[in-house]
Amino acid sequence: MEIVGKLQKQFMDFMSSLYREGFLDDQFLQLQKLQDESNPDFVVEVVSLFFEDSEKLLNNLAMALQQQVVDFKQVDAHVHQFKGSSSSIGAQRVKNACVGFRNFCEEKNLDGCMQCLQHAKHEYFLVKNKLETLFRLEQQILAAGGTVPIIS
Amino acid sequence: MGMAAADLQFHVLAVDDSLIDRKLIERLFKISSCQVTTVESGSKALEFLGLQQEHDEQNNPNQPCVSPSNQQEVEVNLIITDYCMPGMTGYDLLKKIKESSSLRNIPVVIMSSENVPSRISRCLEEGAEEFFLKPVRLSDVNKLRPHMKKTKCKSHKQVEPEIIVTEENQESIEIAHVVPSQPPQTESDTVQQQQSQANSNNKRKAMEENLSPDRTRPRFSSLTTAL
Repeated sequence: MEIVGKLQKQFMDFMSSLYREGFLDDQFLQLQKLQDESNPDFVVEVVSLFFEDSEKLLNNLAMALQQQVVDFKQVDAHVHQFKGSSSSIGAQRVKNACVGFRNFCEEKNLDGCMQCLQHAKHEYFLVKNKLETLFRLEQQILAAGGTVPIIS
Repeated sequence: MGMAAADLQFHVLAVDDSLIDRKLIERLFKISSCQVTTVESGSKALEFLGLQQEHDEQNNPNQPCVSPSNQQEVEVNLIITDYCMPGMTGYDLLKKIKESSSLRNIPVVIMSSENVPSRISRCLEEGAEEFFLKPVRLSDVNKLRPHMKKTKCKSHKQVEPEIIVTEENQESIEIAHVVPSQPPQTESDTVQQQQSQANSNNKRKAMEENLSPDRTRPRFSSLTTAL
């Protein structure tokens, strides 16, 4: 029981820090509202889709920016998608990185775009790491016989 | 699939090119007790709705564009579509739906990640019931509930199933058989125009109180008989 208590506290502290540091925004809370006994893995499923989708997008972006003649419309389309998906799961810092990125696309500023790609990639891997940690904590709580605290 | 079950459930067609967003919107409506079909494009949506594309319209410009051979009794009570999609945009889809005599009475809701006032008013003018900014939340979908409850109070003769339907949706399907066309919504002050629409719809609701709310049946079957 003590273990569960400790894990639960760890979970809550960690979750709070994610919101405080801007990694996640309110949309992540909205996702959790959509999870229930009939769909107990909803959040993990959606986030997994986000991971898959993002890694494809990041690769596509890298390739698009490496072309002899860069198609900025195509780059922008990818960033738009990335912005959308990160917004949909509440990955705030990734979403914000995409906003700046789109501006450089509009200006057809290659250097700006390259920098933004690095920034977006960095933010993505940070939040991925955080979310994986969060899910691991959840699993540990459940494995120890506890329930995952709901943060509103 | 029992007929009774189909009667009780509100069927939503969700259109979005993003897999993540399709999953989200599906869950939002399912958690609100709706049946949901998701498709990834406007053309797939039209296919699902039984609306064949250009070739039918060229042959029979005045006839409803419904293909009887592969027409299932597809009952769709709401179409919610993303605005930005490759190929056919949500706006293009909206137009095609409103141009179709068989589909124009299905309420359409547009979603967009971008808050562009001119885009919003264009969609509303073309006949969209609502315009939601993404990410769409449970509270957006729930906003449809009060309209449904008002409808329940007024149509107290029949036991109304627990379904999500906006007051506008309810009317647009009922009115289809009586009143030729609805005036388009032209207000473009706010994005979520629930209040103003609810107010203007109260007047229409008062007129239509005598209509038997046989909303889920007639649309397709009456068309096939007409053909």
